[in-house]
Amino acid sequence: MSLRNTVRAFPTLLRVGFADAVAYRAEMLIWVLATTMPLVMLALWSTVAREAPVGRYGQAQFTAYFLATFVVRQITGSWVFYDINFAVRNGTLAMRLLRPVHPLWAYAAEALAAMPMRIVVSLPVAIVAWFVVGWAGMTHDPFLWAVWLVSIAGSWMITLLVNLLIGCAAFFLESSLKVMDAWLVAFFVFSGYLIPIDLFPPRLRAAVEWLPFRFQIGFPVEVVTGAHDRGAALALLAGQWAWVAAGLAATALVWRAGLRRFAAYGG
Amino acid sequence: MIRVRALRKHFDVHERPPGVAAAFRSLFRRQTKRVTAVDGIDLDIAPGERVGFLGPNGAGKTTTLKVLSGLLHPTSGEVAVDGHEPRRREDAFLKKIMLVLGQKQQLLWDLPPAETFELNRAVYDVPREQYRATMRELTELLELGDLVNKPARTLSLGERMKCELAAALIHRPRLLFLDEPTIGLDVSMQAVVRDFVKRYNEQNGATLILTSHYMEDVARLCPRVVVIDRGQIVYDGALEALVERTRPDKRIVLRFAREVDARDLESLGQLVRHGAGESVLQVPKDAVNGVVGRVLAELPVSDLTVESAPLEEVMSEVFARGRGSR
Repeated sequence: MSLRNTVRAFPTLLRVGFADAVAYRAEMLIWVLATTMPLVMLALWSTVAREAPVGRYGQAQFTAYFLATFVVRQITGSWVFYDINFAVRNGTLAMRLLRPVHPLWAYAAEALAAMPMRIVVSLPVAIVAWFVVGWAGMTHDPFLWAVWLVSIAGSWMITLLVNLLIGCAAFFLESSLKVMDAWLVAFFVFSGYLIPIDLFPPRLRAAVEWLPFRFQIGFPVEVVTGAHDRGAALALLAGQWAWVAAGLAATALVWRAGLRRFAAYGG
Repeated sequence: MIRVRALRKHFDVHERPPGVAAAFRSLFRRQTKRVTAVDGIDLDIAPGERVGFLGPNGAGKTTTLKVLSGLLHPTSGEVAVDGHEPRRREDAFLKKIMLVLGQKQQLLWDLPPAETFELNRAVYDVPREQYRATMRELTELLELGDLVNKPARTLSLGERMKCELAAALIHRPRLLFLDEPTIGLDVSMQAVVRDFVKRYNEQNGATLILTSHYMEDVARLCPRVVVIDRGQIVYDGALEALVERTRPDKRIVLRFAREVDARDLESLGQLVRHGAGESVLQVPKDAVNGVVGRVLAELPVSDLTVESAPLEEVMSEVFARGRGSR
């Protein structure tokens, strides 16, 4: 399946993916309500910090951190593993394999197509937050904002690749939904989604800092809230993209092995 | 167009007896069983042919279609489809073929079929002008009308199958694999699908390979049939010849102006059915003329037709013979 063919079809894949993402209005509203956990954590941690700062976090810092977490999670979230798992289990992956576009590119387009809706949801929150708390707790360095943009792309890639990998695990496990459940438990704890990584005990923190979870959420949030200087941010950015490269290699391997198995068992 | 030599395909499938204990044991130790789905098939199909694959459930028909379309990798043997090795799934190959699986859909479930059509236009790189012309034609032939603008999930099974066919043909494949395309459809919708497929084959010179449990599909569409049983080809040739070979006797369907005693008919041949107003006699092919003459002369016949044995019965006998010979 040629890349040229995929590139040519990509705008249509995105457009159709967007139409699919907004097909259910009620479901979308429920989804928006279901992704407000960082705002709950914001209320919780702000209460804790009212008496005294926790680590480097006062109330303003917690507000900036969890609003940024909400925005990063909204923009970079993806659930395509569910579609892949379903397509492998019931055999409809066969229909995708018959098209001259690589199915993983098509899934990536679907994930990307959902992004405008995610931005529409997160943008009002970001604007309101900017009016309410101003720039307190956020970096003023344009270079770090540029790093943040690249880190968002890296975060989206890692999340997508995790989805592809876990989706492809269905080739071997028959159903990979529980694998994602296990991943999400680790993700919520170690990504910085519920607790900033720098509040972890030092030993645990040293390990968690280099795991992929942190690069999904914590790292972009830390960059935009000014937790790192330029040098440190760039070093972490390199670490994040190393995970992206590892994820790409792992996905290619698992897809190929999985497809052989799919072809061996009868599709 | 298609050349297959010594094709074999086997699967290793998990096996587990029912019950909690077996379920628990299977957590630690999986038992697998090797199933041979296709067992040494040789096949040649020329461009533009319409070929029906017939066989009981699990005979290897769908597996063969999936190997030919590149979805399954053969365990051994050679497969060439229009100069391509299907398992490589090259763009040029995928743009020439389409597989329609009656029990699987490619329509986007939550969107109108028009969105799937547009998606297929893009992925198959169909020029806009050609796409518009194809859509006009498909809309007319399949009477799609407003269906294309309703979410696929709201369409009836028949409406969905019409849209599935349209989606499958947007890139005008030269080779069409149809696996049970009329399954679950009512009689009139089956006829619509059959007529459409036949017209597509005639107008475009496309090669057509069909599997179906509805013998009517095969009888109407496929001059050539390939009978597959337990992964092997047990017959390859004209449908009429298969019927002739399996059930050489003819059936004389008689309708009478008044009631006729069964004994009067039993002397003429094997009485297959005798009911109110209609009786069916089975006689050797060579004896048909003589029996028809006697019936017309001796009995109050109001209507008479001579038919071959129903295809369902012919196939049942073919499969039964296949099982008996092993």
